[in-house]
Amino acid sequence: MQSGTRLGFYLLLTPLVLWLALLIVIPHIDMFLVSLRERVGVRQYETSFANYLTFFTEPLYIWTFVRTAVMSVLATIITLLIAFPVSLYIAKIARGRLGQVLFVLCLIPFYVSELVRTFGWMILLRETGLVSNLLQWAGLADQPVEMLYNDAAIMIGLVYTSMLFMVVPLVTTLESLDDSVIEAGYDLGGNGFSVLREIIIPHAAPGIVSGSIVVFMLSLGNYLTPTILGGKDSLWFTEMIYNQFIVRFNWELGAAFGFMLLILSSLIVWGMLKLTRQSLEETMG
Amino acid sequence: MTPDLECKGLTKRFGDFTAVDDVSFSVPAGSFFSILGPSGCGKTTIMRMIAGFQDPTSGDIEIKGKSVLNAPPNKRPVNMVFQHLALFPMMNIADNIGYGLRRKKLPKDQIARKVDEALDRIGLPGIGNRKVDELSGGQKQRVAIARCMVMEPDVLLLDEPLGALDLKLREHMKIELKALQTAFDTTFIYITHDQSEALVMSDQIAVMNEGRFEQTGTGRDLYYRPDSAFVAAFVGESNRWRGKIERVQGNEMEMRTDTGMLMRGATHGRSLSAGDSADIFVRPEAIRVTRDATELEQFDNRITGRVTSLLFNGAASRILVRDATANEEIEVNLPQSGEYASLARGDEVHIGWSGAQGNCFPVGAD
Repeated sequence: MQSGTRLGFYLLLTPLVLWLALLIVIPHIDMFLVSLRERVGVRQYETSFANYLTFFTEPLYIWTFVRTAVMSVLATIITLLIAFPVSLYIAKIARGRLGQVLFVLCLIPFYVSELVRTFGWMILLRETGLVSNLLQWAGLADQPVEMLYNDAAIMIGLVYTSMLFMVVPLVTTLESLDDSVIEAGYDLGGNGFSVLREIIIPHAAPGIVSGSIVVFMLSLGNYLTPTILGGKDSLWFTEMIYNQFIVRFNWELGAAFGFMLLILSSLIVWGMLKLTRQSLEETMG
Repeated sequence: MTPDLECKGLTKRFGDFTAVDDVSFSVPAGSFFSILGPSGCGKTTIMRMIAGFQDPTSGDIEIKGKSVLNAPPNKRPVNMVFQHLALFPMMNIADNIGYGLRRKKLPKDQIARKVDEALDRIGLPGIGNRKVDELSGGQKQRVAIARCMVMEPDVLLLDEPLGALDLKLREHMKIELKALQTAFDTTFIYITHDQSEALVMSDQIAVMNEGRFEQTGTGRDLYYRPDSAFVAAFVGESNRWRGKIERVQGNEMEMRTDTGMLMRGATHGRSLSAGDSADIFVRPEAIRVTRDATELEQFDNRITGRVTSLLFNGAASRILVRDATANEEIEVNLPQSGEYASLARGDEVHIGWSGAQGNCFPVGAD
């Protein structure tokens, strides 16, 4: 019996281990090895940190990374600010059938591929697009307005793409908050603001943190949205990695960039967790 | 003296359903008032209306003589202990108890002092830094009460707070709650479906059924002199028979049950007349059991039968006696003085009770 359950445990563990090893650990080790190679001649390589040094000595690379990180943090904050009231409404006010319908409405855009969704935004925001025409029709603009290819367009795209990943953990944690706890908050003299600050937000903190981590990572690693909505000036770090790999055919530098992205984004998440005094264990429940 | 709480013609409808139907009552200051009723009778709705979470369809709620209908829950001088206590899991015990005081914008040192006082009072000093889930059920209970009591409410509402506790702890908390109420000298409104909780703790009990108060009185009133068949059946346990009244003479009456037993009883001033269909209730402890028929001569109801079941339950042990003629089973309390310890199934016993102990209600009046 004992050995039977043990065998079952290992059998269940195997796919996970294979998945981790084959798809995550081994490629990353390989990437890391590639990033440590310095090309000294044709087909001649030496092991060194030169590629990493390039990242730190070239201001454009660092600025692009900082810009990407700041934009991603901003996108995360904006997503949280929009998703929180939506989730609170779905979980605590609408409830039942209406709540389910609203939840599905949040989900529906994700039935369509990200590419198509992003093109949808292009149709809305381009010079001859809906918003531009609407503004002209309303007399607010006397000529076509180009709203694509700027940071605001990237931000709209990022927030829109990330919304669901914030709403799902928030709705889940908010639904687990007992109504009577909220009522007790009011009963003991709290108003809407203090109940939100002292009861609802602390309770939702794990959901806020896990949602924020996911949204931040998705934004940071997003390639499609910044490239399409931001145009050629978007200066997104993933674009830079792409360019190194595909355009410049400099795999060594691309791999180093990839690793920097992994390390720096992990550091940012760790720093945010420290700053908000949350631990990963709490967040993952 | 104005009562702490007065409800006048309180009514609440949800669509076509009337949850609370024209309920009026007043609770004097410092008393322990219980609303007792089966689940779904509307007692929680009354409590939520007093707390301000629901608005009555009509009627008025006054606290210390002032209507609170227009005050939101956070402005009412009432606090509520919720069914599942609703302690704030994200705060430690001291912050839980201090929550309401922080809302009142009291200075920090004063809050800390009051929280310590409250913890002393509930007999749990020094647990302020613990987390909610580190406490036992009974401790949480006391913290939930302390959290309300630091607010010094005019009225404390308790919504079946003992429901989640196990039996032993519940018995213990009953006594403790009553002691806390005396210690804090605050008006408690307690709702429960457990009659023993209500009977043990309350000064006044209202029995509620289908949105109405059936009867309001002390536990003793409800137990011995129920006003309606519902109260008689709901409070305590009874033998219940249905039959036809054959004779009414002054305060005395006779009724024959559908199975043919003749019952003598008293009308207790209720309007009963010959030919009426009626229910009669006789409590198991009102019936005397003996092996010797001559001991029952002072009783006007006497039956001889055989023991069909022994229901041993310590002090509350009972037997079921099957009447030889009508083939009816009667529940009888077994005296615990030892003389019936050898009683076995199939033994012949004589039972009897005084007619005045029974309560008879015309059918359809409940």
